[in-house]
Amino acid sequence: MIGSNDKTMSHLSTGRLNVNHMKELAKHELLECLDKCMGSKAIVWDHELVGIFGLVADYLLLKEHQVIQMFELRPGRLPAITATHVIYLTRTKLSLMDTIADNLLNEDKKPSIAAKNGREFHVIFVPRRSILCERKLQVLGVYGNLNTISEYGVELFALDSDVLSMEWQNCFQEIYVDNDYTSLFHSAKALMTLQTLYGIIPNVFGLGKSAKVVFDLMTKMRKELSGSEPQITPQIDQLLLIDRSVDLLTPLMTQTTYEGLLDEMFGITHTTIKVPPEKFVHHNSANDGQTSEETIEGPTEAKQFHLNSSEELFVKLRDISFKSVGPTLRTSAKALTQQYDERHNAKTVRQIRQFVDKLPALQSARKSQSNHTSMAELIKEVTDEESFYETIQTEHQFVNCIETDKTSPYIEDCIAKVDPLVKILRLICIQSFANNGLKSKVIEFYKREILQTYGYQHILTFNNLEKVGLIRNSGTYSHRVYNVLRKTLKLTVQGVNELSPTDIAYVHSGYAPLSVRLAQYLDHPGWRAITDVLKTLPEPTIEETQHMAPGLRKRRNSGASIQTGVIEDQKLIAVFFLGGCTYTEISALRFLSQKEGFNADFIVITTNIINGKTFLQSLTHLPLK
Amino acid sequence: MQTMALFTSDWNPLGKDIYYRKFELNSMFWTNDVDLKDFIITSAPFGGPIALIERKNWSRLGTNGNTSLKPNQFNIFIFSSLGSIISTIKWKGNELSLISWSNREDLLCIQDDGIVSVYDIYANLQNTFTLDQEIRDTKVLECKTFNGIHGTGIAVLTTSHRFFILNNISDPKIRRLAEVPGLTKSPQCWTIVASNSETIVLVAKDNELYSLNANAQSCQLITPAISAPFTAITEMSVSYDSSHISLLTDSGSLWMGRADNDLTHKYCEFDTKAKARPQQLLWCGNSAVVGLWKNILLVVGPDKDWLNYVVDQPVHMVEEIDGIRIIGNYMQEFLHKVSPVVVDIFGIGSIAPGALLLEANKEFQRHSHRADEYIRMIQERKEMETSVQQCIRAAGHEYGISTQKMLMRAASFGKCFVPHMESKPFVQMCQTLRILNAIRHHSIGIPLSWNQLEVLTVEVLIDRLILRRHFCLALRIASYLKMSEEKGAARVLGNWALLKVKQRVSDDERTARDIFNKLGYSSGVPYSEIADKAIDNGRTQLAIKLLDHELRSSQQVPLLLKLKQHRLALQRAIESGDTNLVHTRLSDRVFSLPQRAIESGDTNLVHTVIIRLREALSAGEFLMTIRDYPIAYSLYQKYCREEETEKLTDLYYQEDDFASEANSWLSRSLTSNNVTQKQSYLQSAYDSFKKSRNEFNASMIDENIRLNKYQIKLEEKFHRKYLSLSLHQTMKQLIIDKEYKLSEELKKEFKVGDRRYWWLKMTILAETAEFLELEKFSKIKKSPIGYEPFVDICLEHRNRYEAQKYLLKINEENKIKYYVKCGLLEDAAKFAFEAKDVEALDYVSSRCGPTNRLLADKITTMKNQLRLK
Repeated sequence: MIGSNDKTMSHLSTGRLNVNHMKELAKHELLECLDKCMGSKAIVWDHELVGIFGLVADYLLLKEHQVIQMFELRPGRLPAITATHVIYLTRTKLSLMDTIADNLLNEDKKPSIAAKNGREFHVIFVPRRSILCERKLQVLGVYGNLNTISEYGVELFALDSDVLSMEWQNCFQEIYVDNDYTSLFHSAKALMTLQTLYGIIPNVFGLGKSAKVVFDLMTKMRKELSGSEPQITPQIDQLLLIDRSVDLLTPLMTQTTYEGLLDEMFGITHTTIKVPPEKFVHHNSANDGQTSEETIEGPTEAKQFHLNSSEELFVKLRDISFKSVGPTLRTSAKALTQQYDERHNAKTVRQIRQFVDKLPALQSARKSQSNHTSMAELIKEVTDEESFYETIQTEHQFVNCIETDKTSPYIEDCIAKVDPLVKILRLICIQSFANNGLKSKVIEFYKREILQTYGYQHILTFNNLEKVGLIRNSGTYSHRVYNVLRKTLKLTVQGVNELSPTDIAYVHSGYAPLSVRLAQYLDHPGWRAITDVLKTLPEPTIEETQHMAPGLRKRRNSGASIQTGVIEDQKLIAVFFLGGCTYTEISALRFLSQKEGFNADFIVITTNIINGKTFLQSLTHLPLK
Repeated sequence: MQTMALFTSDWNPLGKDIYYRKFELNSMFWTNDVDLKDFIITSAPFGGPIALIERKNWSRLGTNGNTSLKPNQFNIFIFSSLGSIISTIKWKGNELSLISWSNREDLLCIQDDGIVSVYDIYANLQNTFTLDQEIRDTKVLECKTFNGIHGTGIAVLTTSHRFFILNNISDPKIRRLAEVPGLTKSPQCWTIVASNSETIVLVAKDNELYSLNANAQSCQLITPAISAPFTAITEMSVSYDSSHISLLTDSGSLWMGRADNDLTHKYCEFDTKAKARPQQLLWCGNSAVVGLWKNILLVVGPDKDWLNYVVDQPVHMVEEIDGIRIIGNYMQEFLHKVSPVVVDIFGIGSIAPGALLLEANKEFQRHSHRADEYIRMIQERKEMETSVQQCIRAAGHEYGISTQKMLMRAASFGKCFVPHMESKPFVQMCQTLRILNAIRHHSIGIPLSWNQLEVLTVEVLIDRLILRRHFCLALRIASYLKMSEEKGAARVLGNWALLKVKQRVSDDERTARDIFNKLGYSSGVPYSEIADKAIDNGRTQLAIKLLDHELRSSQQVPLLLKLKQHRLALQRAIESGDTNLVHTRLSDRVFSLPQRAIESGDTNLVHTVIIRLREALSAGEFLMTIRDYPIAYSLYQKYCREEETEKLTDLYYQEDDFASEANSWLSRSLTSNNVTQKQSYLQSAYDSFKKSRNEFNASMIDENIRLNKYQIKLEEKFHRKYLSLSLHQTMKQLIIDKEYKLSEELKKEFKVGDRRYWWLKMTILAETAEFLELEKFSKIKKSPIGYEPFVDICLEHRNRYEAQKYLLKINEENKIKYYVKCGLLEDAAKFAFEAKDVEALDYVSSRCGPTNRLLADKITTMKNQLRLK
């Protein structure tokens, strides 16, 4: 459940932007919501929210605020509750209202009034009250049972020192399948909060319809504030809004970075990963006396880890290609052993003492070393498989425009072998993208094969994929968009060096994420140089400056930079992915900012973190086995 | 130092080093129209407005008679504090017992039946309330108002000689006080002490003094130590802050003391030698009592010092916090204690630092070297900072602009000699003086002293300027002091706009334009609030126009909804007339709603409107409306998809959106558990796909229907669940059950591709270990998937023997790899050697473990042989 996350979130304040403010704000609002109820509290969680709130507060903190019980929201009777207040923390999903109503009606049935004992029920909606949900509660006849209804209006959660996410699942699907722009409204609100904390962002660039919607909403919201904005010197120089529909290709490509692969294989939710325990069992016994949370859990239960930059080794590993994970682990293991061996050199009492002082850090480093070694082994098991190699090869064949115009025997065989549907759909979508749409004969062949193998209900799946443009009929393309993109933006790089990369293309073993390329070209040589390319991407393009008080403009090389010790010349660019981004995109942006001659740091903001699996899964209402 | 005498000419000493000053604030505008002796007068403190009632009306009130003269119809005149008339209340109510001003400058008219009417200074009735039924029955004998921490209160003495108290007129909770023993006739005098914690009424019954406590409901006899014999206390007065009290006896003895519970703390007792009751007895600030007897104004200090002024005209005294305002026929004067700091500076022969600094500055301006001498004197005493402070403070107490300037100049001069002196007090005083001088000017006429402004605060001052409609000055003060929008400009402009809405001087169009021109988009004044007022005032059109400027849709939309109801009511009224016009206008309004909501980007708001529209319109109208707004339409679809699926299908049907309709039929078929229903939904989906000309999907649905029929048959035959399976899974199940023929039949029926079928059958046969069958199958014809998978699948099930059966059929290029896979390294090496492939030999050799030493050596030889060739 909640908690067990780091006691300190100090790693959040290490980036260019102190995103810890964001977290503190979220924490403050949460406590304010809770403190409105005086007395002991029981929280009933919407399952989805548990992990998200782990990013905000830990159980100890909630305990300090008189939260004595916590449950997951389930239909039927509530467990025995001793607290005075029962607080439902829930998203605004109509189906969840049914569950809450079920709980409350069951509570009503309880015979003795004494049992109720002046108990009060509250609902806190995240991130906002919803008239539909409230009406539904009314229709279900439990609205009157609720003492208060309020909202917890926090939009952004800090995943790491350079990543903020709204953790809004299925965001892309909502925007492009349902035409529901709620998430965009909240994106704009999130940007307003961001600007309240870190100043107005002077320059705004954007691509795609959603970017335009968000920018317009943000402008409108600023107008509504009519000048009562805080007067802060801007800390962020540029905002780049990227609509996911501008780059549908990247999330489909297999991620070949360490963190990306972990996400593809096991799924990282709210910075937490759950992996099969087998590889980790033997380490527990080695854990001399350290009663960490992992030792308590039985070996059959999945192992849970938090992945963030507070772990030194993970910082080194997360962004590199899986091919260089092994060497990196070896180097760090060697260094670790060396440090341990220092104890033999420790002769004087002072030296021994110095070594002992280092021990806790060394022990946690050793633990981290062994955990990541195990995870790397898990990854290697998969990457060594022939099918992994074949899949990657097929992907790259497609993005290099080789044999994209006819049905692929590999895809056909995968269908015949009943491989996971999501893997097959990814390949078909990539092929469609690289071929600027597929001939209807090809599409119909794939469809028929899939429908007969996986069931006819996937007509709906295809309907959605076609609706959002992931699969297109080549008739709808007027010219060879992808070929132009590939050439001008150098999307594919032959013979990329994955061990010591020189280009962002290493994140997909030779394919450079289009979205990040756009961010790269924005800085240099500038979008003017690639107007022809921009024209082929989903319209419109935004290039705007936000008005602000003249005194607030940042002066370069001012005295402040000396005090804060920040290299002020390095611009800070916020890249906001509307509809989600992948770990490889984050890694690629990090790589860019480290690259010589590139004068910008990035902070990544996203509606949610996605990978090919979750991305396609969200687009269908059906499970993709 | 002679020049200083000028400033002290109107000072009168009251004891040692204490001076009182009486000076003219201004002349009165009413000079030729009003003679105070003919009027009952009441004036609000802080330079507030004045209300007058002709005395003849008042006395007639008392006699309560002559109906023919319509005694209850008379005028209450409201003047500004400078004596210019503001408005007239035509009083038609019952007999009045008291008129008095509240602390918010509202005029309270208290009738003898306990009904209180509250008017603003423009004679607009704001509020009416009744004090108490008992008061109504027994009638008011006498009443007084007072200002406590809760606001303005009212104390009432009824004809039944009972006291009532109301602490705050805006929260009318009246309390009856304890009975005064033996009170059968009206008491000589009574007064209210409203201290922080409690409200006490002091009642003088002849020579006895009773204290009625409102909180404790008690009545206590108290005996202040008055040494001179007396038979009755005739007058009492409490200082503004309720900390001091004075009592006057019928023997002319004036007792002054602290206003605590039992009045034991006495300052002094002074013999006024006046047996008559004074017209007024008031505290002047906290330091002296002033009594007015016809033409004598007597000031008595707490140390029995006294002085008197002769007044030759009828006057009325108004108690201020730091002095007394004296309103007369010709002029208004202010009597107050000269502030010690002013005494320091202007006092004759004063050598206080401030006085020296002032002198130094004068010499400096005269270019005299003596300036330096004064400065040295101050510096030697290290009092430069004090001297500057003194000058600044003294300037605040002065009314003459030239005197203020002189003092501020001196302060500014002195500041030069103090390095890093804080400039804030100086700047603030400059600001304060500019404000004070502006409001004292006769065009505004609020004669506040500095002390009074400090107590009143600038925010309240702005309120008062708004009340007097001096919007421009209020705005200027707000921007001059850089007040926050909410406290300053926005408040002023908002009130201005509300007044515009109320006044109805110009038509809606013009008013809206005027308001917008002034407010723009960034004034911080919410248009929705003004629009709301406009609706209250029945100016719907104006409200609509104003709402066009409201940027916050969350504020705008609810009001538009509110307006719509008004339009509906209106529609009925006009139905007989031009219905068409009304109807189109109504539609405009309703139909503009979704647009506004959508513009806000706020989904919740859009839902609100959708819900309202659904309630307000017929189903048809609703659909017609909502389809014009794609976003709202999508949201409604989403809602239906989650909650009311049938509605969604109907919706698409009505819209002729066949593709979506087909999809919705399909999803309904998926959730349905009833086979017949499932099939009929699928049939509908088929029809809709046909209509949408999606032949491919239609054919697929057709396949689905056929498959289902087939599965139903299979279920009957094998008593096993088939219905939820896909075609592929169905064939798989049949192969598992060894129904190879049936599966073949299905393959043909549904035109399953060879490759896929071979993969399936091969996999399942290996899985079920039917290796014989597998071999048979492999020989039916040439495998469309090659024979490599056969080897793979056998190896996967750890059957190397079976795997080797297919090795011969494997493609040439894969041979070596597959021989290696099967562990036939030797053969692999042979093939490689035959193909003269060194790389392949390397590959084979890399697979040689320690057990294959021999082979490894052999391979090395082979390689050498190849190299030699």
